[in-house]
This record gives sequence, C-alpha cells and structure tokens, in this order.
Amino acid sequence: MITGALRQTGRLFALAAEVARAIFRRPFQFREFVEQFWFIASVTILPAALVSIPFGAVIALQVGSLTQQLGAQSFTGGASVLAVVQQASPLIVALLIAGAAGSAICADLGSRTIREELDAMEVMGVSPVQRLVVPRVLATMGVAVLLNGLISVVGILGGYAFNVFLQDGTPGAYLSSFSALAQLPDLYVSELKALVFGFIAGVVAAYRGLNPRGGPKGVGDAVNQSVVITFLLLFFVNMVMTGVYLQLVPPKGG
Amino acid sequence: MGIEVVVEGLTKSFGRQQIWRDVSLTLPAGEVSVMLGPSGTGKTVFLKSLIGLLKPEHGRVLIDGVDMVNSPERDIYETRKKFGLMFQDGALFGSMSLFDNIAFPLREHTRKKESEIRRIVMERIEVVGLLGAEGKLPGEISGGMRKRAGLARALVLDPQIILCDEPDSGLDPVRTAYLSQLLIDLNAQIDATMLIVTHNLDIAATVPDNMGMLFRRELVTFGPREVLLTSEEPVVAQFLAGRREGPIGMSEEKDAATLAAEAAAPGGADADRPREIVPQLEPSPGLPPRRAVARRRERVLGMLDRLPAAARAAIERTYATSGTPGAPNATGASGTSGAPGTPGTPTDTLPLPSPRGGA
Repeated sequence: MITGALRQTGRLFALAAEVARAIFRRPFQFREFVEQFWFIASVTILPAALVSIPFGAVIALQVGSLTQQLGAQSFTGGASVLAVVQQASPLIVALLIAGAAGSAICADLGSRTIREELDAMEVMGVSPVQRLVVPRVLATMGVAVLLNGLISVVGILGGYAFNVFLQDGTPGAYLSSFSALAQLPDLYVSELKALVFGFIAGVVAAYRGLNPRGGPKGVGDAVNQSVVITFLLLFFVNMVMTGVYLQLVPPKGG
Repeated sequence: MGIEVVVEGLTKSFGRQQIWRDVSLTLPAGEVSVMLGPSGTGKTVFLKSLIGLLKPEHGRVLIDGVDMVNSPERDIYETRKKFGLMFQDGALFGSMSLFDNIAFPLREHTRKKESEIRRIVMERIEVVGLLGAEGKLPGEISGGMRKRAGLARALVLDPQIILCDEPDSGLDPVRTAYLSQLLIDLNAQIDATMLIVTHNLDIAATVPDNMGMLFRRELVTFGPREVLLTSEEPVVAQFLAGRREGPIGMSEEKDAATLAAEAAAPGGADADRPREIVPQLEPSPGLPPRRAVARRRERVLGMLDRLPAAARAAIERTYATSGTPGAPNATGASGTSGAPGTPGTPTDTLPLPSPRGGA
C-alpha cells in the first residue's frame, strides 16, 4: 500500500523530469502547442472571468464590512491586492486549469492510451512525451500565466465596483490604499504560482492519462483522480509558496 | 535485407503472474516466422517485448547490437525506426484521416516534400487495397480496413523487421487468404524479417518459414516449419488439429484429473492421423523470388542432423520435390534461382488483387 503510493509518486516525478528535459529537445511540436493553447484558452477564459467577478466581490464585501467595523474602511483597496492578486487569482487558475484543462488532457491521452495509439506512436519511434505531453504542459503553463493576469484584473475591478458602488467606499481611498500596500513582487509571485500550477496540472493530467487502469472505465477514473490529485497538490504548493514568499519579501506597508 | 532478431532468455511477469519464462529464439534475417499459441498465452506481450514497449525482467532482445530491453531509451527509439508493427486493431490515430495516419511516420522522421509523401502513401494505400478511403477517419471504416491501414502505416518507412499481431482476427477467410499472400509478396519485395503472431491455422500452414508455439508460460518449440508441423508434442498436435482432447483447456490449461479421464476415454482415435504439410505460398507471379528461400535452405540443411526424425524426413521430402536449389516447397513452379543479387526495387508497382471494400 505504502510502496504503491510511493511508486506512483516516483513515477509522477520521473514523468515531470522527463517532460522538463523534453521541453528543450528538438523538434518542438509547434502546431500541437498552438492547437492545445487555443483549446485550453477557449475552455477556461469565460469561466475564469465569470468566477473572478463574484470572487472579487465577495472579498470586497467581506473585507469591506470587517474594515468598516474596525474603522479602517480606507484600506479595503489594499485587501484586494493581498487577497485577489496573491491568493484568489492563482487558486481560481488552479481550479480551472485542473478542472477544465487537466480533465480534458487526461481524458484525451487516456482514451488514446487504451486505443493503443500511444503504443503505436512509440513503435514508430516517436516519443509521446515529446510529441503530445510537452506541448500540452507548455500550453497549460502559458494559459495559466495569462489567465492569472486576466483574473487579477477582473477580480480587482469587481472588488472596486462593489466597494465603490455598494459600500460607499471612495475611489480615491481604494486606489491609494492599493498603491500603499501593493508592490510588484506580489504580481510576480502570483504569476510564478500560476506558472508552477500550470506545470503541475499538466504533468498530473498527462501522468494519469498515460496510465489508465483497465479499459474505458479506467479512463473515467483517471480523469477523476487527476482532478482530485491536482487540487490537493496545487493547494499544498500554494501554501508553501505563500509561506516562503511572506518570509522572503518584506511587506511594503511595514 | 532484413535484420536478424536474437531473443535470449526472456522472462516477463505482470506482478506475480508470470507470462512466459526463458524464451530464447532467433528470427533468421529476411525469413517469415509465425508464433502460435492459444489465446491468452502472451503472444502479444511477446511482440511488444521485442519492440521494447514492455520490459521483460530478464533476458535480451538483440537487434543490430541494440538490446531492446536494457539499452538506453535513445538507442531503442532509433532502432524502432527499423520496425513496422501492425497492431491487432490497427491502432490508428482517431483524430487523423487514413492518409494522415499513414503519412505520420514519414512526416515525423523524414524531410520529404509533401508531394513525395503523397506519392509514397498512395502507393501503400493501393498495396493494401484502400484506394478511395484515404480521406476517411478510422472511426468511419470497418475493422478489416483499419487493420489494412495499420499495415500500410507499418510499411511506409520500408521497415526491415515487420511484426504482425493477429493479422487475421476480424477478417473473413477470403480476406485472410489475400492477406497471407500480401505478406509473402511483401517479403519477396522488401526481404524484411517478419514475425506473425496468430492462432489462425491457415496462415500458420501456408505462410511461414519458421514456426514457434507459446504455451504454459514457455516456448514449446521454435524452428523450421516442418519441425512444428510434424511435432508429436501433445500441445502442438492438439492445437494444429483444433480438437478438444489434449492439454489445452477452455481456460488456460487443464488439470491433471481431466487429462487422465480424457486419456482413459476412447474416441481420441483420429488423433494419430498424420498431418499433411501444405506447400508454402509463393510470391504472386511477376514478383521477384524470395531471397530468404535460398538462405533458409542452406540454414535448414545445415541443421538437419539436429532435427527430429519426422521433421528431417519432411524437410528432405519438400526439398527433394522442389529439386532446384532455392525453391523449396515449390509446387513445381517458380524460379530456378532464389539466388541473392536479384534486384529488389521495393514496392514500386504491385500487381496485387486488391481486396477492396469493407472487410
């Protein structure tokens, strides 16, 4: 049981290492990359925008009501930075990348595996990791980074709108507390998180897709597991990265 | 010319279940070999091990000095380009048309121009009788057509080793016969080493130069076709006769009690009827003779005194009737020389009867 779990983990890491190596091996599958990028972007952009508006709003409302009670209403803008840019945005990215992109990748690779397409590819001397997995992982990473920017913008705008229009906050206070607390490293770490999340989601989805257990039902199970495993990993990695970031980078306000 | 495939002491298990152990054999260069075996004896696993898709725990598979089991991945990938593997159900890429499927190896491994690719692909499509279907997706055609498309894809890089996984399954007897002829014709044209895994007795009787059989986790025998066809081994005899009496049961094998009961019961009388050896297929008229024939003759005659008596007699009989060197098993026809040096322009034109339509 334990050795089984360790073996799976080891193979997952082996695949991650192989992908990292194969990224730099020529020829690069540009066409496949563009197709996957387009596909992943098309399934994630709209849900991302739709999720981030209420998310930004909820944070604005919650923090707004809290700061109002404390008499620190003018700091609501700063809270958006901390909450939306650093936490909410990468987590929404994680949600969508794992749920929408990862499941699609896993199902696609899984069904190809059970139809022996990947074996056929290997037999023809073409590495499925290089031909299929690398473009997909790179595409998820790219989309994750861009998506993260989109969600940050939409989330902050949503927070701004709710704060100003519903909670009688003043635009000036929002913006000034924003620029008082926000600093560029906040955005950098947010984008770095998204990049790492994209890589993890892509690799986990590919790993489960390449190793489905027993027939079509196995593919369904694999998709399910890939989403769950990705969630667990991403939330954990998010915690670690947040902890490290808060230790390493001094807050601007302090 | 084909490459010799040397298998030494191969053992493969899945978890605790051993598939077969200590399999050693040599596929002679350019000859056609058949691996027989009841369903579920790991024939497909054996094929996949040869090409390095599955990694046996022990043993080696040597091809041109590369060990497909233990060599570095890079060497294995390089060596695989010499292979053509026809999967049981074609294993075509579901999202690509037949044309793109067959063109895939060319596009991945060569820098040929699109017009050149088109010429080669259409040639292969014609060989397997799929003209007109090249634009279809694999999901839109019958299983037999998928199989033939898979064969065309396996052939497109001019492989030196061709592996066929149950080429007959899902094909009617007529198409199976066409396919047998196609395989022999291919061998005559490109002189590739071929291994066919099957449990079809017609293919086994007419196509191969060499035959082997897997049963009960072991290679029962491997050698010139006459050895297996005249074998007194109960498993082989039962399999070739396709009867119920014998060591092979509905599930993998029978228990001792059933076997004893069977032995005691009368009625296995026709069991001892001697099997006739059907002559091997010849390449279609107009094709060059198979160069493997001459090589095989020399090889088999060289090992004659080590073979069982029945096999020896059978071999002597076939070579005696053929008379001329280089054309064993000949039914009186075909060339006076299967001698090497016959110009082999592989697959420029193939005057084949093309089994077209749904199969």
